[in-house]
Amino acid sequence: MERNTDRSEFARKALKDLGTSIYNQMIEGRFPEVMIPSRQTNNIYYDPKLEQYVLGDKKVVRSADNVKHVKPLAQLLWVARIGKELIDYDRVSTLRDLFYMSKNIDINFATQQESDEAVYDLEALLSMPRESFNIFPHDRGAIFGDLTVRYRVKGFKDSLINLTDNPDGVNIGPALDNAELVKTTADKVIAIEKGAIFIQMIREKVHEKFNAILIDTTGQASRSARLLIRRLNEELGLPVYILTDCDVWGAHISMVIISGSVNSAHITGLNTPSAKWLGFWPTDINRYKVPTMKMKELDWKRLAELKADPRYKEKFWKEQLDAFERLGLKAELEAFSSKNKSVSQTFLVETYIPEKLKELGAI
Amino acid sequence: MLSEQFQELNVADFFYKNKDLVGFDSPHKATYMIVRELVENSLDACDGHRILPNVRVTLSKVEGEGNQERYHIKIVDNGIGVPLEAVPYAFGKVLFGSKYSMRQNRGTFGLGGKMSMLYGQITANSRVTITTSQGGSKIYTFELSTDIRTNTPIIYRREEADNKSHFRGVKIEFDFEGDYGKARDKIIEYFYETAMILPYAQLTFIDPNGTLLFYPRITEKMPNPPVETQPHPHGVDLELLKRMMAANPHTSLQVFLSKNFQRVGERTAKAFLKSNGFDPHMEVSQLSTKQLTKLVTALREYPDFLPPDPSCLSPIGEDLLKEGIKRLLSPEHVVVTTRPARAYEGNPFIVEVGIAYGGAVMPPDKPGKVQLYRFANKIPLLYDEYSDVSMAVIQNINWNQYKVKLDEAPIAFITHICSTKVPYKTAGKEYVAARPEVEREIDLAIKQAARELRVQLSRMERAEYRERRTEVLKKYLSMMASFSTFLAEKTKEPDVDLLLREGSTKKRRRGVLQMVDDPPDDKEGEEKDKA
Repeated sequence: MERNTDRSEFARKALKDLGTSIYNQMIEGRFPEVMIPSRQTNNIYYDPKLEQYVLGDKKVVRSADNVKHVKPLAQLLWVARIGKELIDYDRVSTLRDLFYMSKNIDINFATQQESDEAVYDLEALLSMPRESFNIFPHDRGAIFGDLTVRYRVKGFKDSLINLTDNPDGVNIGPALDNAELVKTTADKVIAIEKGAIFIQMIREKVHEKFNAILIDTTGQASRSARLLIRRLNEELGLPVYILTDCDVWGAHISMVIISGSVNSAHITGLNTPSAKWLGFWPTDINRYKVPTMKMKELDWKRLAELKADPRYKEKFWKEQLDAFERLGLKAELEAFSSKNKSVSQTFLVETYIPEKLKELGAI
Repeated sequence: MLSEQFQELNVADFFYKNKDLVGFDSPHKATYMIVRELVENSLDACDGHRILPNVRVTLSKVEGEGNQERYHIKIVDNGIGVPLEAVPYAFGKVLFGSKYSMRQNRGTFGLGGKMSMLYGQITANSRVTITTSQGGSKIYTFELSTDIRTNTPIIYRREEADNKSHFRGVKIEFDFEGDYGKARDKIIEYFYETAMILPYAQLTFIDPNGTLLFYPRITEKMPNPPVETQPHPHGVDLELLKRMMAANPHTSLQVFLSKNFQRVGERTAKAFLKSNGFDPHMEVSQLSTKQLTKLVTALREYPDFLPPDPSCLSPIGEDLLKEGIKRLLSPEHVVVTTRPARAYEGNPFIVEVGIAYGGAVMPPDKPGKVQLYRFANKIPLLYDEYSDVSMAVIQNINWNQYKVKLDEAPIAFITHICSTKVPYKTAGKEYVAARPEVEREIDLAIKQAARELRVQLSRMERAEYRERRTEVLKKYLSMMASFSTFLAEKTKEPDVDLLLREGSTKKRRRGVLQMVDDPPDDKEGEEKDKA
C-alpha cells in the first residue's frame, strides 16, 4: 500500500461499493448475490512467492434467493453497515461488542461465534482486516522509539506525537493503527515478545544504543502490531528483528510476523517477509551457557505441528526445529540475567543482542 | 350304574345356563352388552329399511334386592316397528333366523335383543314392556316374559290405543342387574364410535347420573341397505344342504343347485356335477349320506363358481366414512379406501379403511400404542384390540416408506369389515380372527390409504416449506434493502415485496463485488483479483 494511505478511507469506500452492488442488484429486480473467498482448510495454501498462507480460488456463493443463505447475507451486510458507521463516527468496537450490538435488531446471531464468522466473511470479501473498519481486539502491544506520528482520529488531528514521549511506550491501539508515520531517525525495528523485557530495554536505552524502534508484541503479535511492523518496514524501510524466548512458541511468534497466520490467510498485507528471528535460538543454547529447561509434552506436540508446516521446511527453520528436537531443551530470555555484570548492565543488552545483530548483518 | 338323564335343551335354556359364553359374564359387561344389543337392534330396524335412525336410550338406577345394583333401561327408536302378530314371538321366544339366505346383519347371533331381555328376566325377575307401531292408526303395548323351560312367550298385558302422535318404531323397557360405574366408559365409547361410523344416525343416551350424551346426525345420506341373497356354494355345509333338499325332495340335482344357490346357473351346475361324477338328473332325495358328504366337499372346493354377489353387503361408503371420521376426530388429513368385494368360504366381505392424521389427533401417549377404531357390520368392537387382525396388520407394516413413525405420529386408524359372516375369533369375543383372505384385504387397504396419506403429507410439507421460505426471505431481504441503502448512501430503499413477487432467480455467474477502482499500488491485491 502506498505510504500513509488512510486505511479508514480505503475501507469506507470498499464498504460503500459493496452496498452499492447489493443495492443495484435489488433495484434491478434481482436477488443479490455475493461470492466470498472460501476460508475452509481445503482452500488455504502456502504461497512460496508471497511467503505466506493465502486463500485459493474457491469461492462461497451466497444468494439471497436461497433460504439458507439469506440470513448470513443479511448478517454480513449488517456488519458492513456497522463498520461504515464506526468509521463515520470515529468509533471503535470489538467482536464481543458487535455481538451485543446485534441484539438491538432482529439479526439473530445465535452465538458470538456466529457474529465473528460474519466479520471474518466481510474481511475475506473485502480482503482487509477488520481493524480497517474499526473492529479491534483489546489492545495488545506497545511501541517506543524515535518515531513521529500524526493521528487521524477526530480531536487528535494535526497533533504530532513522538513515540519517546512516554517512558512506558505507547499502546498500539486503533489510533496508531491508522496514523500517519511522519518521520524517524531509527534504522531498524526490534520486536520483543515480553513486556517486562521491553520496559527493561527502554530503561537501558536500547533504542539509542542500537538506533531502533522497540515493539512489545506481548506474546503473539496482534494484527495491529503486525500491520505497524510491516508499515515501518515497507513505508520507512526499516529492517525488523524479532526477539523471543527460546522455545517453539517464540519461533512461531516470529514466523507469524514474517509470514502471517493461517487464520488470517484471507487477508494479505499484514506480514513482513524480510523480518528475521534474532533469537533466542536453540542453536544459541550451547554457545551461551545459560540455565535451560526440559521441553514438556505441550512443547513437543507443538514442535510436531510446526514440523508439518511447509514454512518450516526452509533451511534456517529446519535447522532450528531439528535443534529443539535434538536438545529437547528450552530457555527464557530472562535466563541471560544469570550472566549479568550488574543490575544496570544486563548480559542481554550488553552482549547477546549486539552479537546477534552483528551475526545477522544489522550492525 | 346310574343312567344319565338327557333333557332337551332349548335355546332359551341354553342362554340361561351359558350367559358368559355370549358376553354376559359380569354385571358390568352385561350392562354394556344390553345397551349394545338394543341399540343394534334398533339401528337394524331403521337403516335396514332406509329410515334415518333416531335412537334414544335412557338408563336409570332402581331399587334392587340386597347388594344388587339394579337398572331400568328404556330404548325408543323410529324404525319400521313390529307387526302386531309378531310381537310375542319377536320378543318372547328365542329364535335363530331360519331362512336359507345371506344378508349382512348387525349382532353376533341375530337374536335381536332377546338375550338382554332374558338377562333382565333372570337377574331381576323383570318383565319386558314393548310399545310399537308400524306408523298406522294403532299403537300396541305388551308386557311379557319368556318361559325358559319351554321357550314360549308369556303375555301379561296387551293394550291397543290410537296412534295419535303417529309413532312408528319400537319402545322397549325392562330392569336388570348391572354395574354402570364399571361399564360407563365402554358405553360412552360405544356411542362415540357408533356416531363415527353412522354419521346419519341421531343417538341420545341419558345415563343414571342424568348426564346427556347426544350425537345429532350430520348427513342424510345413507348407504343402500343389504339385499338378501341366496347362499353361495362355497359356504355350504351338510346340515344346510339337507334342509334345503328336504324342502324340495323331488328336484333334480341340476335344477336344485341352480335354483337354490347364487352364482350357479343350469350350465354351471351341469358342468360342476359332471366333473365331480354326479348325474345331473338324479333326484336329490335319492342321494345317500356318503354322496351328500361328497357333494358338500365338491361344492366348497369347486373353483369355477363366480365369487359371491356382494349386494348382500352394505358398506358405509367412502363419503360417509370420511364425514364420520372428520366429525369425531377432527384430523387435518383423512384418507379412506374401499377394497373390492372378496369372499372366504363362500361368505362375501368388503373391507373399508380410514386413516386420520394430524389436527386433533394426538400422537400415542405410550410407545407401542396404536389408535385403532374397529368396526364390523357397522358396529364398534371395543374389546381385545391387540388380538384383532387389524391391529396385527398395522403393526406389521413397514411405516418408514409411508413417512410415518408409528410411535410418534398423530395417526388414527379406522377399519370396517362387513360380511354376511364376520370371522370373529370366538363367540362373544370382540375381535376378528386372522383369516388370510380378510387379513390380506385389510393389509392392502391400509397400504393404499397410507400411500395417499404420504402424498398429502408431502404436499403439506411443501406448502409449509414455501410459506416459511417466503417469511424468512422477506425478513432478511428487508434488512438487506435497508443496510445496502445506507451503505450506498442512497435515499430510496429497494422494493422487497416487488422483488419477492417478480425477482429473477437466475444466478449470475460472475463475481458480484466489483471494486470501482483498484486499490492504489496494491500489487498483491491485483494478483489475487486476477486469480
